[in-house]
Amino acid sequence: MLKIAVIGGRETVMGFKALGLEAYPVDTAEEGLKTLRSLTREHDDYAIIYIEENLAAQLSHEIDKFKDSPTPAIILIPGREGSLGLGQRALRAAVERAVGTNILGD
Amino acid sequence: MASTAITPTRMVLNQLKGRLKTARRGHKLLKDKRDELMRQFMDVVKKNKQLRLKVEEGLTEAFGSLQVASSIMSPEMLGQALLYPRQSVELGLKFRNIMSVNVPEYSFQTKNNDPTEIYPYGFAQTSGELDDALEKLAKVFQDMLELAQVEKTMQLLAEEIEKTRRRVNALEYVMIPELEGNIKYISMKLEENENSTKVRLLKVKEMVLQDAHHYK
Repeated sequence: MLKIAVIGGRETVMGFKALGLEAYPVDTAEEGLKTLRSLTREHDDYAIIYIEENLAAQLSHEIDKFKDSPTPAIILIPGREGSLGLGQRALRAAVERAVGTNILGD
Repeated sequence: MASTAITPTRMVLNQLKGRLKTARRGHKLLKDKRDELMRQFMDVVKKNKQLRLKVEEGLTEAFGSLQVASSIMSPEMLGQALLYPRQSVELGLKFRNIMSVNVPEYSFQTKNNDPTEIYPYGFAQTSGELDDALEKLAKVFQDMLELAQVEKTMQLLAEEIEKTRRRVNALEYVMIPELEGNIKYISMKLEENENSTKVRLLKVKEMVLQDAHHYK
């Protein structure tokens, strides 16, 4: 059976843990990178990895590697401070990639 | 654009004509594929946009409640309350084929189906805000799962569209004009050869006739 992981600040992931997801609290970007790497390389039973936006901003290089592979899906979620708009930006980037220009008009 | 490496023979001409036909058919098919992918993609993008907004709103709200809870309760208490989850989620993964792109489809099962079972703690020592936060989180989680599916689908489709678009363009602007140029080159060369042969024959005929009958 496949699992879902959440990587983010301690307070962010805490709530998800109660829901039955696997929570990986990290404090620094390096720690996040290490966690992400171990989740994606050493395990292959994580189908979805939710990662906090402010952390993802520093790990975009690593995250982009999985954009074209069917698993795992790495999804950005807003942290405690609210949305940074990175998720929206990823959406726009995908549109730009497919269409050639941004046709969403924002 | 005719390259010099082409030998102007009828056989090569036939080969090139065959290739041009294939290239045209491939171009048409790929163009259709691209259009259909694009249509699907736009649907997915729209859905993704809505879901993302919904999830971000829901999460912000849930985190807000959690913030309140954590300000009421001591961090140790809070940590303890959430230490052992009673709920566990099992994720099923299937792949669906959209125009030869395999996109994931998730299905999930919670071990406890009772929605009141998400609280991994007794109610005596925790605040009501924590219950509230968890309930909101549980609700938004459904959307998060769908978001994951939609977002991955979008990324995979975007990749495929990019690839297909490149292929279409390569065929349309490079392969097909090149083939057409080569075909034109060969057919002109052949015609030229034919003409010169004809002229040579006429000339020879004239000379032969003159030899035989001593015209003029």
